[in-house]
Formats: sequence, structure tokens, C-alpha cells
Amino acid sequence: MSEIVQGIGEAWQLLISGDPEVWSIAWLSLRVSLSATLIALLIGVPIGTVIALHEHPGKTAVVGAVHAGMALPPVVAGLVVSILLWRSGPLGQWGLLYTPSAMVIAQAVIATPIVTGLTYAAVSGLDPRYRLQLAALGASGPATAWALLREAHVALIAAVVAGFGAVISEVGAAMMVGGNIKGQTRVLTTATVLEVNRGHFATAIALSTILLILVYAVTLGLTIVQRRR
Amino acid sequence: MRGITRRVALVVMLASVMVPTIARAQDATPVAAGEVILATTTSTADSGLLDALAPLFLAETGLTLKPIAVGSGAALEMGEKGEADVLLVHSPAAEEEFMANGFGTDRKTVMYNDFVIVGPEDDPAKIADAPDAAAAMAAIAAAGSPFVSRGDDSGTHNLEKKLWKAASITPDGAWYVESGSGMADTLRIANEQQAYTISDRGTWLAQGDAIDLPILFEGGKALQNIYHVILLNPENGERINSEAGAAFMAFLLEPETQQVIAEFGVEEFGQPLFTPCAEDSCFAPATPEATPAA
Repeated sequence: MSEIVQGIGEAWQLLISGDPEVWSIAWLSLRVSLSATLIALLIGVPIGTVIALHEHPGKTAVVGAVHAGMALPPVVAGLVVSILLWRSGPLGQWGLLYTPSAMVIAQAVIATPIVTGLTYAAVSGLDPRYRLQLAALGASGPATAWALLREAHVALIAAVVAGFGAVISEVGAAMMVGGNIKGQTRVLTTATVLEVNRGHFATAIALSTILLILVYAVTLGLTIVQRRR
Repeated sequence: MRGITRRVALVVMLASVMVPTIARAQDATPVAAGEVILATTTSTADSGLLDALAPLFLAETGLTLKPIAVGSGAALEMGEKGEADVLLVHSPAAEEEFMANGFGTDRKTVMYNDFVIVGPEDDPAKIADAPDAAAAMAAIAAAGSPFVSRGDDSGTHNLEKKLWKAASITPDGAWYVESGSGMADTLRIANEQQAYTISDRGTWLAQGDAIDLPILFEGGKALQNIYHVILLNPENGERINSEAGAAFMAFLLEPETQQVIAEFGVEEFGQPLFTPCAEDSCFAPATPEATPAA
């Protein structure tokens, strides 16, 4: 129990002293996870919208697959991305394994189904009369989609929060494709695991506290966007 | 329209964070040039030794060290597939097989420490009186006292299996628990269950007051934990950077680095975690063999 109190104190000290290592770890966590979330948005929102707006016999199977993807264990995403990026793998010539880019790719794989599934739910949940109205006004396909997404913006921001939350907090994929290399791919979650393994429990709590503060700051920003129109 | 403006602003904000990440990644793309991938064991990484050596290596050679901490079994597997440039491992029997199969071109002793058998303070299996490590393991099995095994083909797990074999015991039954986890986790599981386990001394020291499992058996050749650096055969993978691997091997063996290894851990634990032993220098015939604890 004393470790938690001591750890929160240590977090405070690390933050006010501006410890350069902790700041660079926190900054990398933020950069990697925001990049992955942005990629997930660019892929997931259009796909989720298209799935929601088109009726076809295989729709249930498709939505089911997206929902299963939302439960994809990060370590499985990490393993698959590792194998693809291995030197002996199909993308080996890029030399991306154990770099922040590899972490962005793995985290984007984790976040994309989450954003897709929640976008589908957001667009499907809209009043169908609104869509009919848009059609009656002669809106084109993309214009309809854009209007629907605007209408569903509260649920869409929730999708962003869920995607970001899933990736900034995961450790399995970040460890596997990043390698937890000091100064290069060490992020808050993998650093926490390392400190636990080293028996530095208070430092681990300090890093976790910084992670929670970071997550709160980002989600607060998103919530402000969500609540104002 | 204000909503759109705000959303565009958000996307621009996200992009400004993301673009540098991608740009930086592209800078790092020349695969082999400035870095060396070291596949190694969790004990070297968790101890912090590699974090301490990486900046020295960079200063000396201009190469960036990328230590990937996995078990020795996984590290050898990475070496076989050419996913690393050089290995630092502690699983002698598996290493010898690796060399015999032609996966490595050179293998040198770097340093050693030792394994210890830890367990509950009252030592229900009375292993402290055992004449050697295998006898200590036999006593644990005979008493049916709980024992937590790594169960992950790591160097530590291989050593444990070797001891069971030496004692002619196939560990089985409710007393034998496989954690499937790293050393630090395994120690904490053993601590919760007040069970016996085998640990490298460094990881045990690092846990400090967090665990309540004293060393009950130590010493003897069977518990020696020797770390070797292995240079990989470039024929096993076209992207193996042998030059960088050889630079790291040379760096580990030079006297200045050996001195850093000798002093590492003294500040935090009051004793060194590893004994340097470049190219078996410490195993000269004059070195008296450690005797089992009484």
C-alpha cells in the first residue's frame, strides 16, 4: 500500500522536476497512440459508415467480424505485425521492427476495428427518417454520409476515445513490436512493466500515474469537442 | 460551420503530432547502417545493464544498440531466423547445439553470475543441508513442497530441467507449478504461494523487500550462470549485419566494458550483479571451484 502513496509522490516529483527521460517516454506514448488513433479514424470511419448505410445479405457476418476485431487481443495484433515486419517477413526490407512506426502500425490494427464498430453503431443508431429526409432533398451519397456523421458526432467522439484508450493503455503489442528500447521505443506502459520487473514498484506507480494524467488530458480535450457543437 | 472548423482544427492538431513520427521513422529506415539488434535474455535487460551499456557502445562505435529482451530460447530462435545481429544468452546446452548447427560463427564468454534456490524461511524440505543442487531439488520433490517453475524454455528453465534430470526426477503433481512468466513475475508468484523457485541472483536481488524468500541453497558449479555472446552466421539471413554484431562482441569483451560490468549494481544493491569473464579469463585453472553452501 505504501508503494502507491510513495509512487504518486514520485510521479509529482518527476513531473515538476521535468525529468527528461520521463517526458520523452510520455511524449512518445502520446505520439504513437495519437498517430495510431488518427490512422484508425481515417480507415474506420468510412468503413463503419459504408457498412451501416448498405443493406446486403452478408451484413450480419461483416458486422460480426468487425465486432470480433474489437476483441482482438493486442498481443495477437503485435505478433502478426511482428511476423510481417520480421527481416525474413514480407515487409522485412522496410526495417521497421523495433521502431515507433511499427508500434503505430500495430496499434492502428488494434484501434481500427474499435473505431469501425462504434462508427457503425453510431450511424445505425440515427433516426432513419433523417436519412430519408436527406434523400428527399436530393443529397448525394458522400453528402449524405457527411451529414449523418455530423449528426452522430457525439457517438463518433466516443469511438475516438475508445480507440485511443485501447492503444495508449496496451502493453503486449508495444512490447513485441517496439522492444521497449530505452530512448527509442520505450513508452509509459512498457516502462511500467520494466520497473515492476526491476522491483521498483513506486516508480511503476509513478509512471502509471503520469499515464492516467495524460489520458485524462487527452480525453478531456475530446470531451470538450464532443460537448460543444 | 463552427463545428467543422473545430473538427478540422482537431485533425490538424493530430496530424502535427503524427507527421513527425512518420518522418522520423523514415529517417531511421536505412536498415543495417547505424544499429545493431541484440536478442538477449530478460535477466540482462531487467537488471538495467544493457541500458547502461548502450550509450557507451554508441559513443564508441556510433552504432545504436537495440536490445530485445526475450528468454534465451526465443533469443536463439531469433538468431536462427536471422532476426537479430548478435545474441547475449545464458543457456549453454542450447547454445552448443546452436553452434553445432552452424547458426553462429563465434561464441565467447562475457560474464557470469549464479543461480540461487530460494524458498520459504522455514525451509520445509530442508534443502539448506543438501550436498548439491540436484539433491536440493530432490529434497523439494520428496517433501512435495510447492515449487514454481518458469516453464518458458528460458535459460533458467533449462537449468532447472537439467537439475531435475541430474536428480532423476520427472517433476509432476500439484506441488509443481509452471508460471509461464519471466523471472520477476515467477519470484512474486513463488512469494505469494510461499513456494521454492530458482532465480538468477540479479533478479532476486532486484526484488529486495518486495519478496520474502531467502536464499536457501547456493554455490556449486551446477548453479553457475554463464553469459555468452554469439555472432550470427550471415548465411542464415540476408539482413544480418555481421559487422555491427562483431563490433558489439568486441565492445563487450574489451577491458573498459568488463570494468563497467564488474561495477554494475554495486551502487544499488551493495554488490555486483555480474562477474566479468571475457573469453573465460575468470575460469583459469587457478580459480577454486565454488563449494556448495553448508
